[in-house]
Amino acid sequence: MPRRLASSLSDEVLEHVFSFIQSDKDRNVVSAVCKSWYEIERWCRRKIFVGNCYAVSPKMVIRRFPQVRSIELKGKPHFADFNLVPDGWGGYVLQWITEMAGAYPWLDEIRLKRMVVTDESLELIAKSFKDFKVLVLASCEGFSTDGLAAIAASCKNLRELDLRESEVDDSSVHWLSHFPETYTSMVSLNISCLGSGEVSFSALERLVSRCPNLRSLKLNRAVPLDKTANILRLAPQLVEFSTCTYSAELRSDVFSNLAGAFSNCKELRSLSGFWDVVPDYLPAIYSVCSRLTSLNLSYATIQSPDLIKLASHCPSLQHLLVLDYTEDSGLEALASNSKDLQELRVFPSDPFDAEPNASLTEQGLVAVSLGCPKLQSVLYFCRRMSNAALVTIAQNRPNLTRFRLCIIEPKTADYLTGEPFGVGFGAIVEHCKDLIRLSLSGLLTDCVFEYIGKYAKKLEMLSVAFAGDSDLGLHHVLSGCESLRKLEIRDCPFGDKALLTNAAKLETMRSLWMSSCSVSFEACKLLSQKMPRLNVEVIDERGPPDSRPENYTVDKLYIYRSVAGPRFDMPPFVWTKDEDLALRLSP
Amino acid sequence: MQGGGGGSESGSMSTVSREDNMVMSSEDSSCPDESELELGLGLSLGGFKMHQVSRGGHYARILTAKDFPSVISASSSPSSSSSSSSSSSSSSSSSSSSSSSSSLRRANVTAGTKRNADSVAAANSSSQVVGWPPIRAYRMNSMVNQAKNQATEGFNSTMENHKSETSTVEKGTTGISSYQNSGNAKLRKSLFVKVNMDGIPIGRKVDMNAHESYEKLAKTLEDMFLKTTPNVNPAGLRALKLGMMNKLTRSSKLLDGSSDFVLTYEDKEGDWMLVGDVPWKVFLSSVKRLRIMRTSEATGLAPRLHERNCQRQRSKHI
Repeated sequence: MPRRLASSLSDEVLEHVFSFIQSDKDRNVVSAVCKSWYEIERWCRRKIFVGNCYAVSPKMVIRRFPQVRSIELKGKPHFADFNLVPDGWGGYVLQWITEMAGAYPWLDEIRLKRMVVTDESLELIAKSFKDFKVLVLASCEGFSTDGLAAIAASCKNLRELDLRESEVDDSSVHWLSHFPETYTSMVSLNISCLGSGEVSFSALERLVSRCPNLRSLKLNRAVPLDKTANILRLAPQLVEFSTCTYSAELRSDVFSNLAGAFSNCKELRSLSGFWDVVPDYLPAIYSVCSRLTSLNLSYATIQSPDLIKLASHCPSLQHLLVLDYTEDSGLEALASNSKDLQELRVFPSDPFDAEPNASLTEQGLVAVSLGCPKLQSVLYFCRRMSNAALVTIAQNRPNLTRFRLCIIEPKTADYLTGEPFGVGFGAIVEHCKDLIRLSLSGLLTDCVFEYIGKYAKKLEMLSVAFAGDSDLGLHHVLSGCESLRKLEIRDCPFGDKALLTNAAKLETMRSLWMSSCSVSFEACKLLSQKMPRLNVEVIDERGPPDSRPENYTVDKLYIYRSVAGPRFDMPPFVWTKDEDLALRLSP
Repeated sequence: MQGGGGGSESGSMSTVSREDNMVMSSEDSSCPDESELELGLGLSLGGFKMHQVSRGGHYARILTAKDFPSVISASSSPSSSSSSSSSSSSSSSSSSSSSSSSSLRRANVTAGTKRNADSVAAANSSSQVVGWPPIRAYRMNSMVNQAKNQATEGFNSTMENHKSETSTVEKGTTGISSYQNSGNAKLRKSLFVKVNMDGIPIGRKVDMNAHESYEKLAKTLEDMFLKTTPNVNPAGLRALKLGMMNKLTRSSKLLDGSSDFVLTYEDKEGDWMLVGDVPWKVFLSSVKRLRIMRTSEATGLAPRLHERNCQRQRSKHI
């Protein structure tokens, strides 16, 4: 029946129907129905997401999808955020840009995460894509303000330039001034990562004043308070705004100017920044608080009483990021005020001190779980936890989809019972049936992994540190978690057996990271030999792993599935098995 | 591209008992490949073509201040603890790898195949756990910068004016000082600074807090930048074609005995100084980034740097 149906609809009709199908998963399903649907679909796919830039080569993507307009690429593994991936590992985007420059002249969106982007790449983007609109560089590095200047000068229709959390070298070029006076299309600009020398206020003000569609503006810290007010007055239509540095002393003229500027911004829904904020300035934003849905105070060192006051003005909050200065009392106030809260992230103000410097415990999280019925996503750093608290959270919030708990000291036990946290996290995975992301911490035996393997059927990403007793732990996860895509492990006694037993599972996942575990180089070689569509990379800066004794364990291991074969840009400290040495060296 | 959902690995758990770790594989009937794998493990040891890599070869030392005849003596005492760390952010050289591998073998023997922060801590006096707690480098850098700003500017501002403001600043600074002094033995704050070497386009980052002395730092940098040619694996040779590693090999050839490099750093005031003049701790608090400079470029620099340092030492009390 499907075949008859497929042939009875013309290509144009099918293409029109497919244009309503946006998600990658659905598109992949569509393309698998039959050959003709595959052909039609591949010609009309406009958006590509590549979760691991080494899983496929640019040539392969271009060959299958000839008319792509938007691409998203991710490079380094997640643990690179915590300095676990040495510099020079990889994630270079130049090759992709070079290939796409030739194949996709109408490409208008590039989104990159954890990739190395050079000025050369940016210059190539600037001159190759005539209608370029969106550039997002999240946690990227390798470029300077020279590259930004090229983008500013050439991309006449640029709508979005977002450099979130990237590392940008200052080449002392006033890149903002390179936007021509005729340029008016900016909708979203995020330059909060830039240093003090890299933004000229006057150029910024001129830019803001001539871009009427500007909706999101995230400035860097160096823009002082009085300038903030000016910019807000130039752009009262802003929906998202990141403030800059608040000066150390309260001046009433600056305050009233700022308060006035904020009160003009009727569309403002999201505020962030708040670097070095002095609490006396906070009331300047009260006029917008009732409409705020997103508030990022995680760089603000303000104390609990001021936070409680602020939170009481924000009943519509859906996303809150805050430091542990908020304390349990602040979270309790939040729980009673903000019934729409969906996401809470609490970061530690002083993670390296053994003693807590703020009275934040598991009680705060329990309060929010009990009081906020829509809570879905949690990232919580704290110094103590109990199984009882986790069970309470799980039972009251079965709608949790992301639960990331970091008990700061590794291997901390339940402070009430001295037990490991198997029961607590077990309750989380058992009750929260839609959980897709989980990060564990505290004292954990293999028991917790048995629960995870048994219950966490929708889990896609799992992060584990300083946990488990044996290979059985890893085996439970790999054999039980059907939806697992990303697994990252550090400092756990997991080794060869679990890995080799579950070799086939690894091809169903995007990637596996294991560092400071107990995997031998022999096992890596064996795995690599048995699974040709896995790239098994041993990252070890101590020298060639095969020159060490047989039971020597590798430092870091990154395994990912790939249809592109081994990559060609590996640095000297990445080791793989090398069977077809001769083949690779031939030109 | 996101592939479609694949089939999951079979592995029923009901047959596996919790306590029985190693017997798991033989009892679990749904893992038929296990014995095959084990056999393979034994047989295939010699069957792989491994790139034979030898360490050593010629490399130049990086010169520091103590190599230059100077009035100021470099006070950098080597620390007593061994340098093996549980993460590769500070790579140990081949000459010290024997000590690190033996401590690891000890750890392996005593704790089975367990190699965790505890056993490493037992082996060293200063245990280092990099990347924990899992806070993004971006956030760490922001907080440190914020702390530095508050510490310097906060005190300089008109503190006598506003009561609540001073209490905020004071509270802030006590938090900051404990943030900057890593009191915890297990957890250590990383202090990553960029290192660039003349002639190499790709810079590296090194964790200053992972080193206790100038000697250790120099060794790490030598490993990072000057010993790379012999270790280039074949895939890396292909990368040579892409031009990324090109400059690296060229520089290393130049280094064969003859030309030397000098280690310099940019301090808080933006001046470039020769590394090694000041006590290690002072250096840590003022270093912003490092540069391995060709001696030919640095010879003009060094005497002037020393002169300036002489003046500074006389006027400041460190």
